[in-house]
Amino acid sequence: MTDSFIKVEGLTRHFDVSKPWLNRVIEREEKSYLTATDDVSFEIRKGETFALVGESGSGKSTIAKMIVGLLAPSGGTIEIAGRRIGPDDPGAVAAVRQRMQMIFQDPFASLNPRWRVGDIIAEPMRTFGILSGGEVMREVARLLEVVGLSAADVAKFPHEFSGGQRQRIAIARALSSRPEFIVCDEPTSALDVSVQAQILNLMRDLQDEFGLTYLLISHDLSVVRHMANRIGVLYLGRLVEVADAKRLFVEPQHPYTQMLLDAVPDLALSGRRRKPVTGEIPNPINPPPGCAFHPRCPLAIDRCKVEIPAPRITPTGTAACHLAGSDTTTSAA
Amino acid sequence: MTEPLLSVRDLVVEFPTRRGVLRALDGVSFDIAPGEVLGMVGESGAGKSITGAAIIGLIEPPGRIAGGEIRLGGTRIDNLPHEAMRRIRGKRIGMVFQDPLTSLNPLYTIASQLIETIRTHMDLSEKDARAHAVGLLDRVGIPAAARRIDDYPHHFSGGMRQRVVIALALAAEPELVIADEPTTALDVSVQSQIIDVLKEICAERGAAVMLITHDMGVIAETADRVAVLYAGRMAEVGPVRDVILSPRHPYTGGLMASIPTLVQNTDRLVQIPGTMPRLNAIPAGCAFNPRCEHSFDRCLTERPPLIGVAPQHAAACWLADKEIRNDG
Repeated sequence: MTDSFIKVEGLTRHFDVSKPWLNRVIEREEKSYLTATDDVSFEIRKGETFALVGESGSGKSTIAKMIVGLLAPSGGTIEIAGRRIGPDDPGAVAAVRQRMQMIFQDPFASLNPRWRVGDIIAEPMRTFGILSGGEVMREVARLLEVVGLSAADVAKFPHEFSGGQRQRIAIARALSSRPEFIVCDEPTSALDVSVQAQILNLMRDLQDEFGLTYLLISHDLSVVRHMANRIGVLYLGRLVEVADAKRLFVEPQHPYTQMLLDAVPDLALSGRRRKPVTGEIPNPINPPPGCAFHPRCPLAIDRCKVEIPAPRITPTGTAACHLAGSDTTTSAA
Repeated sequence: MTEPLLSVRDLVVEFPTRRGVLRALDGVSFDIAPGEVLGMVGESGAGKSITGAAIIGLIEPPGRIAGGEIRLGGTRIDNLPHEAMRRIRGKRIGMVFQDPLTSLNPLYTIASQLIETIRTHMDLSEKDARAHAVGLLDRVGIPAAARRIDDYPHHFSGGMRQRVVIALALAAEPELVIADEPTTALDVSVQSQIIDVLKEICAERGAAVMLITHDMGVIAETADRVAVLYAGRMAEVGPVRDVILSPRHPYTGGLMASIPTLVQNTDRLVQIPGTMPRLNAIPAGCAFNPRCEHSFDRCLTERPPLIGVAPQHAAACWLADKEIRNDG
């Protein structure tokens, strides 16, 4: 087995969503917290694409931000390339930062409109002192060619490019510090499908060429299936299932994964009968006790209402369901 | 075939700008039969929403309909005076927009918005209108409708709000509902619920639907026929099955192949090189020719019309023409 590059254990993040102090005093309310990520554990192996899927508010982006260090975890540990990030090892962040980069969803917001493309791409190189002088601009020109743009584009501004081209610029910037690991937060959600295909193909090519490891965040199950080796499914901040990408779609082990798959419109016109989806995601400030999915779950038993299920080993990975691993869940497929 | 409910012929919509006149729609023609669901797909800027806006007469000035005609039930509606159009909107054509938060007024309760719409178009007392409104909310699947009708839009979740908007669109029992990206702002599990509700209710009341979306999956599951737009022109139109399984326009073919699916295993996605041209730089001949791997001389100079390839199935591509000649 290949060694893990990222190891996350018991990762938890709360956000304070209380009213202002005075309102709390007058209305006699307690402080309230939103648990965006609750006890999430997974590992990402070197060279693989690990995807996190889930609906809005399931905590996908919060996890990504904590891994790259944009948000501090409220609990749990993150280990990157064998070093645990935290107060015990102050040098760890600096040591691993250069090895990680991020690509964001909206290429209109993630590029500074006042900077020329050349400067945008050169910034990580200059910051980390990888290259200097004339070498920087030579490298920028090379990176532009790598992502399918022209070396002559260095002097242009972001507004001169279309959405897909801007996402290519964002990818070139991410590559410029020569990272091993890239977090891609909904990299194609803002793009049209024909452009999405171009970007996804580019990401694959770059992975093969540079041996990159990806953490892909997406709400689009078909994109995730196409790109990932392994998939983690999130529901209300908890990881409900982790499985091999191809097998997740054939043998979903958790009832929520099953429901999510049923909800995807069928482009193949196979005429498969869908089970209608019921209910909506509950309020994350006050989630249901026990398994957060139990009010919508067709298989829920009494135990689900009181006890939070721990991940169980399944034939395809792990699933946090009291019924996983037994015949009850698979019969729902 | 029955008389079409909506008939759009050679529709041209132009936006005059300082740098010249932009043609957002150029010669778009299609029909919608009563009770039919027509899907309208295309990438951003292809002209999907403008088509919807043109039909209900809501094109923002300085944009204007510069040519062609729109008929609803046989009468022309594209040249009606403002006041006459206002009576058709809501009464005969209902609208569902993308973002349910902006299409509901946050300052009024659901009840007052629904009752206002109902009483504008139907001769009902306040009490009867309210009963009608509760019935509608109940039908679109809002639990405890009689109580929740007095809530404000912010009390509802995104999916529930979109249900309210559907109830609002159907309040006056229109013959046609134009749904412009009704589920784009919603999560996938909520999306399937909303699509089911929209489809069921329209079928039950015999309302035709024009479903505008960029999501081919939604079209595949919902529509009877689909029209594909590219750079303001019709690329292909036909029954959903035919267009998805055997597309005859290279653009439709590329578009379909570029979408990752839940069943196929491919290492690389098919990609169409380049992007859709901007409206001020549409190439001569076929608008798709610079990106098309099959293009030949004729494509560069002469714009292909919609050419019938099968009953009800037509593609604006010279290759469709050639193949027909070879077959015959």
